[in-house]
Amino acid sequence: MGGAVSLSQSVTSDRQLARVLQVGVVLEELVEARAYEHYRSLAEGDGEAMEEAVEELLLEAREESGEHRERIEALVRELDAESLAHGEIEALVQQKYGRSKPESVEALLHDQLASEETAHNYYDGVIAAIEASDAEFGIDREHLLAELRDIRAEEAEGAEEVNEVIEAR
Amino acid sequence: MTNPSQTESRAMNTADQYVKAIYLVQATEDGPASTGALADRLGVSPATANEMIGKLAERGLAEHEKYKGVELTDEGIVRARQALSTYCIIERFLVDVLDVEEFRQEARELESVIDQTVAERLDTIIDRESDCPDCFDAELDHCRELDATMPADD
Repeated sequence: MGGAVSLSQSVTSDRQLARVLQVGVVLEELVEARAYEHYRSLAEGDGEAMEEAVEELLLEAREESGEHRERIEALVRELDAESLAHGEIEALVQQKYGRSKPESVEALLHDQLASEETAHNYYDGVIAAIEASDAEFGIDREHLLAELRDIRAEEAEGAEEVNEVIEAR
Repeated sequence: MTNPSQTESRAMNTADQYVKAIYLVQATEDGPASTGALADRLGVSPATANEMIGKLAERGLAEHEKYKGVELTDEGIVRARQALSTYCIIERFLVDVLDVEEFRQEARELESVIDQTVAERLDTIIDRESDCPDCFDAELDHCRELDATMPADD
């Protein structure tokens, strides 16, 4: 029988912190790469024609997630942990996109919304876990929390923007 | 600031960890899960486990009989299998994408921050076994399929 699971929601070491941040990097890469795949599939005329608002949304989502990824990667580096090789997740998304590809613009927008909301909720949990911990990290706690709160707020805005496009259609 | 839906989401995540643990203890004990075994598995006190069991019973996810133990309802089993799938995704993601050797320990650590919605996103870039979550060995407490490809860490 394996060991007990931990119901604690706190992050207690640099190793754990680096790992939860790496997951954040992956989530951002997923948003970034899926937004691009969505864009490409529409641009190639695969299905419905691309609407200007949708095009703009996908390009913005890609750019913003790229920025978030870089900011979280910088935090990971400050912890002296390895970040993922950039492009690895992008390649995986490209390779497996076909099996989870949305079948309509409507579905695509909902997929994009789920990506943004998921990232937001993830940061929310991570922030709560850091706040619940009194561990000293090899990175300035206030800087770490400020970065994560800022990114979380932008994810909320991103989700709101997708919602607006969905509602306007 | 934490809003009610996020607090609720984290509480749900804790409930998911409980139903999963009950499911696995039931599988190893081949009957109702005793509060003691459940508390041991979750690393909490029997009193804490009892309190949560009461909440799960109120939600129709489990039935508790004094001196006998706790059993999941059909709804509880569905929920537990979903939670187990989420856990399998975390394990496989750690192995396949992040190349983590101590994936069992780290999966347990990540369980409280990776909920079903996050796992669904991660699932888009991994390859799970078609029989997941039946690939999870309750006795060994990890995915049987991963055991074949990775060295054991305990």
